[in-house]
Amino acid sequence: MSWLNRPASETQITHGQRLWLYILATVIMILLVAPTVIVIPMSFSASQYLEFPPREWSLRWYEHYLNSPEWIQATWTSLKAGFFTMCVATPIGTAAAYGLFVTKHPLSRMFYVLLITPIMIPVILIAIAAFYVFVQIRMVNSMFGLVIAHSILALPLVLIVISAALKSFDMNLEMAARSLGASRFTAFMDVTLPQIRFSVLTAALLSFLTSFDEVIVAMFVSGGDNSTLTRNMFNALRDQIDPTIASISTIMIVISSSLLILTQLFRKSRD
Amino acid sequence: MTELSIGSDSRANESTFLKQSRREEWALLGLASPAILTVLIVMVLPVGWLFYLSFLADDGSFSLEHYNRMLESKAYGRIFMTTFEVSFITTGLCILIGYPLAYFLSQLSSRMAALCMLTVLLPFWTSLLVRTYAWLVLLQRKGLINSWGIDLGLWDEPLKLVHNLNGTLIGMVHIMLPFLVLPLYGSMKAISADYLKASSNLGAGPTQTFWNIFFPLSLPGLFAGALIVFVLCLGFFVTPAVLGGGKVIMVSMQITSNIELFFNWGAASALGVVLLVITLAILLAASRLLKLDNVLGGGH
Repeated sequence: MSWLNRPASETQITHGQRLWLYILATVIMILLVAPTVIVIPMSFSASQYLEFPPREWSLRWYEHYLNSPEWIQATWTSLKAGFFTMCVATPIGTAAAYGLFVTKHPLSRMFYVLLITPIMIPVILIAIAAFYVFVQIRMVNSMFGLVIAHSILALPLVLIVISAALKSFDMNLEMAARSLGASRFTAFMDVTLPQIRFSVLTAALLSFLTSFDEVIVAMFVSGGDNSTLTRNMFNALRDQIDPTIASISTIMIVISSSLLILTQLFRKSRD
Repeated sequence: MTELSIGSDSRANESTFLKQSRREEWALLGLASPAILTVLIVMVLPVGWLFYLSFLADDGSFSLEHYNRMLESKAYGRIFMTTFEVSFITTGLCILIGYPLAYFLSQLSSRMAALCMLTVLLPFWTSLLVRTYAWLVLLQRKGLINSWGIDLGLWDEPLKLVHNLNGTLIGMVHIMLPFLVLPLYGSMKAISADYLKASSNLGAGPTQTFWNIFFPLSLPGLFAGALIVFVLCLGFFVTPAVLGGGKVIMVSMQITSNIELFFNWGAASALGVVLLVITLAILLAASRLLKLDNVLGGGH
């Protein structure tokens, strides 16, 4: 066990003296991941009471989900809302991040803070405020209203991701393009955007997930044919534990972890 | 510009340049206008409207009745107490659990750290509702934790782990932990190893170096993470609603029932305004103590 006696850091502490930290951190990491992952095998259980490990395997909860028109419709609504939110929040957020980053106008700081506020103030407030306005203009339960409200929640994330990317981008490259005769727009599209494209993609995925996973705003401003998946799940959770939700959860875990892996791959290719 | 320009045109040139650059500044600012207009129309104005509603009595006259009710009613006092209690305990537990984890991650080689970081990022990216549901399944009476505990002989009767404060706290700590670990990890990575080398070179043992050098330098990240967790907890809704089983009522849940059950916009708005003011006050006080820019990635 020579590894235990080797120094683990600049302070000459050995791995052996740090063993407790390694064990503790491993336990914490397992506790972080296990509760989510354990739902996956449970969703294939045949029993009404979700078992782990399942005594009998079956796809009945997936069949239940696929054969239910309400769940399928809700899934489509969520996918559509996520897609449209991505299409709204990414371009306007990127434009705002770029404009506010490049300009030296004294108002830019204030505008940045304004655009970040939606993640700082309680979502419930945004939800009831949007609901109140949508009631007045008869936009409750509309896809448009849901997308606009979700875009507001996604904007801060787009702004943070793109601003960080612009900070590490060398603006002289854009200057060079412009001094060679490119307009600002051309310079941005041909020089800056290709350099920050992975951050733009990450921002887009985050916008999609923000909308796809969102519960509270959807609870108020979506409904009827435009009920989202999370809204229906939340309502079902309040009543009883329906095992169908385990199958839907598994599908959602697969979606979000594949998106996470995508962003990690973006990072790899950027390095 | 004046130094570069030659001849009598310099003045005229300068003012043209100035005018042009000013126009450009506005054009760049204009790029932010779609985003700003959306936020103004869908968030700022409606929240302002709620603010106005909170000062209206049921008959439409100006009154402070919704705020008075909050001060006088014991039920409302209890709701605020619960909200603060849950937020404090969650933040405290997140610090206790998150600090060792962030420290561990910060000590790993970059490849191992990236791998272990996935265990923090995976729950971060997974739907909050899915994670809450997972805990509901695990913690229920016949759930995995209870059946394992009884099988192993740790306890005889099924423990009441969910539909109460315990369940709420377990779920909330699990959901909030990444919000603490990520900024804390960032600030730990930024600590220069030279300080630690210098300290041990001067004869300090590992423990001494940790407490006198490393820990104080990691505090800004810890504060930032704890602040995010606390503020998010204050407005939390889904997890206490599902795991609290009606026993843990937080402000956001009361706002919802005021609207869904009682259609009382005035009372809901007043609660929302108080929640907003508390949140902003905490953020403002904190931004004086530490640079929030580091957390939120400011414009410049």
